Amino acid sequence: MRAFEYASPTTKEQAVSLLGNSWDEAEVLAGGTDLLSLMKDGCVAPKRLVNIKEIRELRGISAGGGGLRIGALATIQELLDNRAVSRAYPAITQAAEGITSPQIRSLGTIGGELCQRPRCWYYRAGYGLLATDEQGEPLVPSGDNRYHAILGNAGPAYFVHASSLAPALIALGAKVRLFGPDGVREMWLDQFFTTPLTADDRETALKPNEIVTEIIVPTALGVKSATYEVRQREALDWPLATASVALSMSGDRVRVARIVMGHVAPRPWRAAEAEQVLAEKAVTEEVAQKAGELALNGANSLSRNGYKIQLARVAVKRAILMAARGGRG
Amino acid sequence: MQRDEKMKEKGSGLSRRTFLKVSGISLSVPVVLGHRTIKVAGAEVEVYGPGKVPIALTVNGAKHTAEVEPRVTLLEALRHELDLTGAKRVCDRATCGACTVIMDGKPVYSCSVLALEAQGKQITTAEGLLRGDRLHPVQQAFIDNDAQQCGFCTPGFVVACKVFLDKNPNPTPEEIQKGLGGNLCRCGTYVGVRAAVAQAANQYPNRKGGGNQSTSKGGR
Amino acid sequence: MAEYKWPEPEKRSLIGKRISRVDGPAKVSGKAKYTYDIKRPDMLYGKVLRSPHAHAKIVSIDTSAAEKMPGVKAVKVIQEPGTEIKWAGDEIVAVAAVDEPTAEDAIRAIKVTYEKLPHLVVEEDLSAAGDNAKPAAEQTAGEPEKAFGEAEVIVEGFYGLPVITHCCLESHGSISEWEGDQNLLVHISTQAVSNVANQIGRPLGIPAANVRVKQDHIGGGFGSKFQVDRWDVTAAQLSKMAGGKPVKIMLERDAELMVAGIRPSAYARVKVGAKRDGEIIAWQSESWNTGGSGGGGSPPLPYVFSVPNKHTQHTGIATNTGSARAWRAPNHPQGCLVTMSALEDTAARLEMDPLDFFLKNIELAGRFAEVYREEFAIAADLMEWKKNWHQRGAKTAGPVKRGLGLSLHTWGGGGHGSNCDVIIHPDGSVEVKMGTQDLGTGTRTAIMMVAAETFGLPLEAIKLMIGDNQFPTSGASGGSTTIGGVSASTRRGTLDALEQLFEKVAPSLNVQPADLEAVAGRIRVKSDPRRGLSWKEACMKIGGTAITTRGRNPGPGTLNSSGVGGVQMADVSVDVETGIVRVNKVVAVQDCGLIIDLKTAESQVYGALIMGVCYALYEERIMDARTGRMLNPNMEFYKLAGLGDIGELVVHMMTGKAYDERGVIGLGEPPVISPGAAISNAVANAVGVRVPSLPLTPDRVLAALQYPDREGGSSKNGGNDAGI
Repeated sequence: MRAFEYASPTTKEQAVSLLGNSWDEAEVLAGGTDLLSLMKDGCVAPKRLVNIKEIRELRGISAGGGGLRIGALATIQELLDNRAVSRAYPAITQAAEGITSPQIRSLGTIGGELCQRPRCWYYRAGYGLLATDEQGEPLVPSGDNRYHAILGNAGPAYFVHASSLAPALIALGAKVRLFGPDGVREMWLDQFFTTPLTADDRETALKPNEIVTEIIVPTALGVKSATYEVRQREALDWPLATASVALSMSGDRVRVARIVMGHVAPRPWRAAEAEQVLAEKAVTEEVAQKAGELALNGANSLSRNGYKIQLARVAVKRAILMAARGGRG
Repeated sequence: MQRDEKMKEKGSGLSRRTFLKVSGISLSVPVVLGHRTIKVAGAEVEVYGPGKVPIALTVNGAKHTAEVEPRVTLLEALRHELDLTGAKRVCDRATCGACTVIMDGKPVYSCSVLALEAQGKQITTAEGLLRGDRLHPVQQAFIDNDAQQCGFCTPGFVVACKVFLDKNPNPTPEEIQKGLGGNLCRCGTYVGVRAAVAQAANQYPNRKGGGNQSTSKGGR
Repeated sequence: MAEYKWPEPEKRSLIGKRISRVDGPAKVSGKAKYTYDIKRPDMLYGKVLRSPHAHAKIVSIDTSAAEKMPGVKAVKVIQEPGTEIKWAGDEIVAVAAVDEPTAEDAIRAIKVTYEKLPHLVVEEDLSAAGDNAKPAAEQTAGEPEKAFGEAEVIVEGFYGLPVITHCCLESHGSISEWEGDQNLLVHISTQAVSNVANQIGRPLGIPAANVRVKQDHIGGGFGSKFQVDRWDVTAAQLSKMAGGKPVKIMLERDAELMVAGIRPSAYARVKVGAKRDGEIIAWQSESWNTGGSGGGGSPPLPYVFSVPNKHTQHTGIATNTGSARAWRAPNHPQGCLVTMSALEDTAARLEMDPLDFFLKNIELAGRFAEVYREEFAIAADLMEWKKNWHQRGAKTAGPVKRGLGLSLHTWGGGGHGSNCDVIIHPDGSVEVKMGTQDLGTGTRTAIMMVAAETFGLPLEAIKLMIGDNQFPTSGASGGSTTIGGVSASTRRGTLDALEQLFEKVAPSLNVQPADLEAVAGRIRVKSDPRRGLSWKEACMKIGGTAITTRGRNPGPGTLNSSGVGGVQMADVSVDVETGIVRVNKVVAVQDCGLIIDLKTAESQVYGALIMGVCYALYEERIMDARTGRMLNPNMEFYKLAGLGDIGELVVHMMTGKAYDERGVIGLGEPPVISPGAAISNAVANAVGVRVPSLPLTPDRVLAALQYPDREGGSSKNGGNDAGI
């Protein structure tokens, strides 16, 4: 890790003032589980670290009439332990359960989980976010891409977004609030995620001098939700594909469906076609399977990740069936 | 730096060669012991480093002081400055759990916490679970069930199990299977660990020894 | 002279019991000090700059900036410009500095330029290896061509397993410091305390006699820590450059996975010929592997079964990757996977229960045929094999399919050369000193148990000192040779010491020394147990000078032997929609002669099964063909099983008559041989097709389901477009 200076402000105003106008000036430290690894691997080398954990207003989870407010500093463990969340938003709880390390859950924050950087092994080995060789040629399409993107992978980004919570939150219609020098910005979480076009871009709409302050999830009355992860190990492991599904029900028929896949694309991936096929239908094995197929309609495998198409189809199918059963597996 | 950030020489009062510039952050090259205070958003905020700064850590109930750079992790501070080497550095990337310590009642990877951030927190390591020479029930259960071989993952595992049991005093086998996913062992001691957690929870007597043609089941 | 044998079963107070390891308290409390934990006064931290290229020539090295940095005490160029580098991660320059951050900064300040050369880092495809492929061995027995002509069934298959690493949790490394310019003190993480001095003395130009070596605890070795490595020599050189201050170099995790040891891969095309009734008559295999730039040995094929007519051919492929080291049972897991998979496929073609098929051919297993037969009967019972086995791929409803598989293995495990000093002090205290090491296998506990058993004392009455080369030499801990060696040398040394004690005590009891026995803390008359002295009283008869004996192995009497057999059965579930394999249960039935400590012996088997689950389902070194780099030199994508991934494990040790009589035999390696084969066979049984290569990851499983006839089945776009 390269040397840096460290500050630990107590208000969000102080925090953003301490941040820089470019990414190499400063990084936000929250849980630290990803950031410190990135710094040890030399993927980022900020001159200053701004620890936001002492900013009290960023903490806490509250459920009320307007839905759910998750402070950016709420930990994954707090999310898991929150009864209101598991009762009304099983998709979120199930996504959090997939992060099987209690240590990561205790340190890791929601804000950090959404802003974590790709686990692409070329990126982590120092080939840059877009993983190119010295001549600028991309390494992923002809390299070992077994864990890379099957959707949105026309380039130049081939990695998958690593967030486990984002698909669930997007499926449930969450918004994200950011705070920067110009005050508060709010946007759909779906729009928060972006696909980088250059190696200096990031994977979110966050600017270098902004922080995530909270996530707002609307009430889930009449909504059935679930997350299904295809993950190899019970030990801490990255999913190979995930799907989160939220079904607004009218009786036993789906009124509106939202389906979001994770670990399949450089950003959480909304499956619009699949959502439409569920509308006004009762959930059956056949409908769920059809949705799974449609969800992967535009998928393109790289040289050795074709199997992920199958995994994502299964994840979508199983998440839909789970959601219809009220979030039970 | 943006806006009205002003620098005020305070803290250690040592001289610095480089100051914050308007357009961005520059690092001071010489070793600065202590901190400086800058004014941001109408408040004074202390900025530490990049050189060594004094820190105070509360570990196993005792207060320790040391001087470390901000880039030193809690794990490295424990090992190098406090000579508490129970927590091990193995993956150093928040994966394997060998560095697990308890911070304010929660299990954390000390490789992924900066020493500076850990100030003001109650830190407990495997060494701190002892009461004098008496082993903690989890430690005793690790011995009774031979939940260690080379033992390099063991202190971290013991700590993880202790916090797990604090939260789940009567775990089901399935909860044990799912609740300890943050620690890895290379020798393969998980059968012993599962049994140790169950024993520590229930305080049931140790398996009886002796006998030929023994069959041992590591299911649970 | 003492009679050198083990006590009769009914007289054993400790041997064969479940005894908790003596260093347990130190380990669970974090107080056990490993080399990684040692901090010496004024110690400097060493770091190594490594080659980013798999094959290159060093053009230039500029260390000037690093040398000028405050806190940097020594900079050592390990390989000079002009040197050809043959794998990524090879050592180029090392520095020693006052702390780790400074050493890291210094490494970053070193500029090295390279001339890149073409590299080869992958070997699964033999035809792509070109000149790097070197024919290694070819063997013919019987008349294979004729036998295949007579075969009623011929089964062909491709099987493989990739390179895996040792991934010791305590990385390799050492701390060296000089006393003057001729005496070196080395703390080192090693499997061979008694062998280090000679290895490090030579390159440093000092006599081995001037090297003191210490190691209290070691955080895993698995075969990768026999040798003194270049970084160890470098640490000593840096120490000398820094005026003798201690210099510590422990490998970073990525280096540990790249350069500190691998298990060679193995890939094979196999043809098996059999009669309709299941008799195996012919074997043919063309195999290849890589062990890095040097050789990797060749897997024994066919494994265990001496097929009467066979032709085998092996090719070694030199790759630009870190070198092979002994990995727990070298070459056996590879030979076992290839053989047991091919035989299981043959049984499946014959629609025979593989248990019946293996038993039908068990005489081909030679010396241990009867052991295997007994073990299979016990294993089948524990697995409820006959009730649960079904024909390959028998259809059950739903996406999750269950299956059973089995395997068998053998190993030597004869005791190594071992010496110890045994001292009985006149005050009754007892010391045993031995230049051995405890890898976590329970060596300390076993030595103390043997000594305590001989003397009729409790375990805690023995003061044991190991891990120091000033003690009598004892062999390296490898090849499962330690337990046989140290238990025998300890038994001989303690029996000799006891005999001397009996001679001192006998007159006071008016008996001959041979009439005495040491039982339950007393030296007493065999024929009249009420007559005797307490141990302490007895030792007072020694006089002023302690009794000192030297225990040795080899030596008189039969205390150990070599050769074991073991069988394993696995029960798995496979989700055929996702390709995810879960281990439900593994049964291991293992023979290892006389067991000293049943508890730590069982732990060895549990551990081996878990390591087996790791390499069957998760582990592989992933190399990038283009950059020549290892893509997963970390513990995030170099995957090991966790506590929730191993299913139920059942261990049955073959003990009692006919087993105990063979004396002590090593156990560390044999049970790690079979899990890959047993689990692979169980998956084939579950899903109906062979997944050719380990690890059994979703991509490979789905590819095998979709293209059952494709060779390799590694994730060359595995499972693409498969329906749900």
